[in-house]
Amino acid sequence: MIGTGILKGMGVTARNFVGSYFEKERLITVQYPEERSPLPENYRNFPFLIYDGEDPQAGLRCVACKICEKECPPQCIYIVKSDDKKPDYMGKPQFYPKVFDIDISVCMSCQICVEVCPFEAIKMDKEFELSKRERFNHLLQRKEELSKPNEYYHGICPTEAADVDAKLGAAAEAAAKKKAVAAAPAAPVLAKPTGPTGSTSAPASS
Amino acid sequence: MSATVQTLEAMERPPVTMSSRLEGELLEVSMGPQHPSTHGVFRMNVTLDGEIVRKLKPVFGYLHRNHEQIGEQTTYLGSMPYTDRLDYFCSMSNNWAYALSVEKLAGIEVPERAEYLRVILAELTRLQNHASLLGFLLSDMGAWGTPLMYAFREREKILDLFESLAGSRMMCDYMRFGGCRVDADDNWLAGARKIVDRFPKFLDEFEELILGNEIVIARTQNVGKLSADLAISAGITGPMLRACGVNYDVRKVDGYGFYPRFKFRIPLGEHGDTYDRLMMRALEMRESVEILKQALAQIQPGAIVNPKAKIRAFRPPVGEAYGRIEAPKGELGFYLISDGGPNPYRYRVRPPSFINLTVLEDLCLGHTVADVMVILGSVDIVMGEVDR
Amino acid sequence: MESLEQIKARAEAAIPGAKIDIVPNLGPANQPSLLIDNEHAPAIAKFLRDDPTLRLDFCSNVTGVDWLDRVTKKTVKVKKVVEGEEKEVNEPIEERIPGYLEAVYHLFSMAHKHGPITIRMRTRDRGEGARLPSLTPVWRSAEFQEREIFDLYGIRFDGHPDLRRILMWDEFEDHPMRKDYVQPDDFEWEPTPHDDVLARAKQHYAPRPAEQELRPS
Repeated sequence: MIGTGILKGMGVTARNFVGSYFEKERLITVQYPEERSPLPENYRNFPFLIYDGEDPQAGLRCVACKICEKECPPQCIYIVKSDDKKPDYMGKPQFYPKVFDIDISVCMSCQICVEVCPFEAIKMDKEFELSKRERFNHLLQRKEELSKPNEYYHGICPTEAADVDAKLGAAAEAAAKKKAVAAAPAAPVLAKPTGPTGSTSAPASS
Repeated sequence: MSATVQTLEAMERPPVTMSSRLEGELLEVSMGPQHPSTHGVFRMNVTLDGEIVRKLKPVFGYLHRNHEQIGEQTTYLGSMPYTDRLDYFCSMSNNWAYALSVEKLAGIEVPERAEYLRVILAELTRLQNHASLLGFLLSDMGAWGTPLMYAFREREKILDLFESLAGSRMMCDYMRFGGCRVDADDNWLAGARKIVDRFPKFLDEFEELILGNEIVIARTQNVGKLSADLAISAGITGPMLRACGVNYDVRKVDGYGFYPRFKFRIPLGEHGDTYDRLMMRALEMRESVEILKQALAQIQPGAIVNPKAKIRAFRPPVGEAYGRIEAPKGELGFYLISDGGPNPYRYRVRPPSFINLTVLEDLCLGHTVADVMVILGSVDIVMGEVDR
Repeated sequence: MESLEQIKARAEAAIPGAKIDIVPNLGPANQPSLLIDNEHAPAIAKFLRDDPTLRLDFCSNVTGVDWLDRVTKKTVKVKKVVEGEEKEVNEPIEERIPGYLEAVYHLFSMAHKHGPITIRMRTRDRGEGARLPSLTPVWRSAEFQEREIFDLYGIRFDGHPDLRRILMWDEFEDHPMRKDYVQPDDFEWEPTPHDDVLARAKQHYAPRPAEQELRPS
């Protein structure tokens, strides 16, 4: 009979209308500014720079190797390498980025910079409420705005940050052992670097 | 027919009749680029005789950004996030097609778990693409909002899965040459199973909503008929081709990924009209659910990326390769020529929705303007891919 | 499916005068292609489509490739008169391969479910001689894609029903996918890390030198 199809459809809409009051899966929207659904840990938005220790500028892990600048597909990173070395938070002299800009209006959140960084220095942030008053000065983020402490990284991605810390710790340990072995050549038994991360120790410790 | 058009000055001027104004005269109308039913910035120059379409010329290029040249200027890996932006509904499928082509070009093997993850994600993409397409199509027919919102509700659940795995809802950038970027943990797989198990319930409800609906039938049956011969000659692929009854699915023909391991059927249409194209999507979603169930049951722990595939300084050997997959909209192919350098010498995308538009004029001739929107909706285009 | 050598032999036998070369592909993909001569291209295409064992009825992908002029260096033994006596000398010569544009077609068979067979055609040069016969009459799917090649590479397809620009606007003059295409420098510039873009844009919009404006017209 003509019209039954339409009536059936009306039945479906009625079921959804009433159901949205009782069933959670029929109403999945949240009232955004007041209510927020939690962000998954893998969520990514724009990159930021990690520093260790107290001083944001001395503790930057970035050594201005410019790999991320080269690999960035939309070319939104701009780095000027320093001429001199400054001590980092561990007291080791390091090159540092004199300028590190990310134009977040160009960045497309692909996280290739994170993948190619050998120093675990750049990570993806989760802050997404980024509306700014001015396009030219506010969306071009400078080094000072980009630097965030390691604790912040632990706060947004606990699992991943713990993995990174373990990796860096193992690398530093291996490097220290290597150094100790090199300093004491009388112990040939220990000449092999121990631990599976031994081979990656070079960039993290230099 | 001689409807009288009343004007404010009807008292002073003799009445103008529709027949005297339009009979025998052709009217050229530019539909789009800003039109809610063109699914983006797509324009058609339509020549109308009354309300009947006599000529239709699609106009492209409003979203053209020379994607292929961008691909030739960035590294192989650097093009991966750009492929997300081709067909922004199906970034996972685009990633897979590109990764598959580069793997062919460089001869990289993919570990088993990564292949399973790729199948799972590509089929989830198909589910959400087809679901939203059905919603949009009904929206084009005048069922504003309601079916679209039901479809988007399901799509949102799948996008949440993508977000928790790849970090982004639509711009996933998930696949890498020789595998995938992030491993899916057990929680994620359990969540995926839950969504897949509940999906048929949505399909039942949605089919109840539209299947027997007299308005849908009146608007779609015998509208925009496509013959199998024309479809093959015009290179139509995907559900649009199978709606004409041609059994051609790259998943079966090429057997890429692990598709030969799964049992699934290829739904085929009979008439090639808009109704068949619409039903093809609904039926394909059911088969996708079957594939997903099997894949989620078979997936084993293991490596997700081939350690031989380098991320930095990736240079495939000199040669060329054409790789293709069955994306939700049709055959998505990438043609790459390597000259041994870090960038591809030639990077070409074979966009399914662009080539499926070849027959748009043939489908629309002799139909009314209102049918043009329905036919265009059933082709399933995304302008990010059409204009590249 | 038959090997390319068999296809070549059969096609050359079926179409008198046709010339087909096999272009090897050294990469791991191992997809060699057939280079068909422009004059007989429509006949060869029709043969590939209609031959009962091939039935390549589905032309999936059509694309252009730009090959610039190349110079290859070789050393050749040349007989030369050096200091009064004839000697064989190794002499480096530069061989100049003129550039050309290429149209590549990837063919599949929906009837027999095999493929791909890649065929390619080359233009005489990159300028006035960039003409090829259109294969749109054989495969309708080439219609938009050949238009795209015409737009982006500038190959004119003879016999195409509606050869217009498709992605760029009609008034656009250059062919942006060519390797020697120069990007326009009139960007809307703004402070970004793209230093070179900024420099070029500033140069473009720089005020003209004073003496140029003062010169009487």
